Amino acid sequence: MSNITDLKLVELVDKIKKKELSSTEVTIAFIERSKKSKKLNAYISENYENSIKKAKIFDQKPDFKKKLPGIPIAVKDLFCTKNIRTTAGSKILENFVPTYESTVTQNILDEGGIIIGKLNCDEFAMGSSNETSYFGNVQNPISENLVPGGSSGGSSSALAAKLTPATIGTDTGGSIRQPASFTGTVGLKPTYGSCSRYGIVAFASSLDQAGPMTHDVKDCSLMLEIMSNYDTKDSTSVEFKRENYLNNLNENIKGKKIGIPKEYRVDGMPKEIDELWEKGIKIIKENGGEIVEISLPNTNYALPTYYIVAPAEASSNLARYDGVKYGFRSKGENLIDMYEKTRSEGFGDEVKRRIMIGTYVLSSGYYDAYYLKAQKVRRLIKNDFDEAYKKVDAILTPSTPSSAFKIGEKLNDPVSMYLNDIFTVPINLAGLPAISIPAGHDKKGYPLGLQVIGKAFDEQSILNIAFALEKNISFKNNITDWWIK
Amino acid sequence: MTIDLKTVKHVSKLSRISIDDNKAKKLGKDLNSIFSFIEKLNELDTKNTEPLTSIAETTLKLRKDEIKSKNIREDILKNSPNKNKDFFVVPKVVE
Repeated sequence: MSNITDLKLVELVDKIKKKELSSTEVTIAFIERSKKSKKLNAYISENYENSIKKAKIFDQKPDFKKKLPGIPIAVKDLFCTKNIRTTAGSKILENFVPTYESTVTQNILDEGGIIIGKLNCDEFAMGSSNETSYFGNVQNPISENLVPGGSSGGSSSALAAKLTPATIGTDTGGSIRQPASFTGTVGLKPTYGSCSRYGIVAFASSLDQAGPMTHDVKDCSLMLEIMSNYDTKDSTSVEFKRENYLNNLNENIKGKKIGIPKEYRVDGMPKEIDELWEKGIKIIKENGGEIVEISLPNTNYALPTYYIVAPAEASSNLARYDGVKYGFRSKGENLIDMYEKTRSEGFGDEVKRRIMIGTYVLSSGYYDAYYLKAQKVRRLIKNDFDEAYKKVDAILTPSTPSSAFKIGEKLNDPVSMYLNDIFTVPINLAGLPAISIPAGHDKKGYPLGLQVIGKAFDEQSILNIAFALEKNISFKNNITDWWIK
Repeated sequence: MTIDLKTVKHVSKLSRISIDDNKAKKLGKDLNSIFSFIEKLNELDTKNTEPLTSIAETTLKLRKDEIKSKNIREDILKNSPNKNKDFFVVPKVVE
């Protein structure tokens, strides 16, 4: 039999249900591989011993009706996990041990999942390369010294390296889809309001959504089914009929109208990205889908809007880190001095930069010129999508304007780093669901992704379209285990 | 527009983040490059556009005001960097 860690999530579930594998065998296999993979720096906290105990308990009295029967899963360290340290990649939460469980991780536990560890991420999910983490850079298993994307960089690295059969991330401006694209994996950002934000360390509350990261579309459908629910603990959680996404998964896209937004053909985009897009268009046509040229005229304003809205919300959300109730505290001469020193020493540079931007755009005299203006432009961006969806069922674009870059390459130029999210940010502003699937390689052999954007709450359609694309593309990741000696 | 050193220092005060002059200069440079990128929004006429404050745009649901968790004092204090039995402890505020 092939290695346990080579199996996909749905295959593992199946084998455990058929008693061909035990939870203990599976859990130990992923933990052993994780232990050999320290060089990737994908984990911040490990929960190995406890997980093996839980797997043994599961095997003594297995419940095969669960959707994740004794399946080990490592999660992004932005989800609060009861009694397991949760850092958000920050020094300020270095020793924080939550006394409660986030709704999304609780859903995983309720379905029989076992949380084997917490995965590295950009500090407070602010970054596109995992280089802002207090706990250090993460290696992309594709090639040494390559970033795994961000902010869910530990998640994408651990998944691509098969340290976990599936994982979960959060996506505020592309933090699931961009790292998925950089590592040849699948990542889905659900509609705003699908997955509860309760217990997720907040970055920008009107944009944050949790979502699955997996090896393929089937696994992604299963994970979404488990993660998504209506939750009274999140006031923006939406009550709508959640589908059995996996059961309903269907590659038939005949008659589906797929929009191609002309504004996404940006200047200086590598030829390979354009070719990848053409490949996707061709597959849609060959499978009976209809390609429709559409316009999203305000696309160019999405990034500047995002860099007002997200930091503004972050500056409010991060006001809670004051060294009093939890987290790191520095010594100060008085209360104010203690606050200022705590926050100066506890936050990293990118987080401080964004808090300052946010504070500035919300400050007296600038609120109307920046924050209010951005909220108005946000409406224009959402209107663009509403118009487009009168004509099409979904939209196809590249996931990112380039493949993964080298560690350190963009660190000193914040604006160039921000440009990475040019194709993903508009979707968060409009609150829509979108999935990134691996679709090819560039000439360096690095993976590239295609993004399918859906109508609000129509995750099933984008999963189906992604499923059809995936079948026709037959993407293979070239990973050589270079980090294992 | 440009953000000068004085403004950077003022914003750092508002943010409750202490910074020294060197850091403030570097930050000023970063903020200026980010804001020159943000200025692009001024190209758009938004006089007749309503701001979008929430994507959900529904009325928030009401719920009963009930106590759901009791006796969690210990849990709440557990992660505090400085506490006594019942309270969070901060530097002296009142003389």
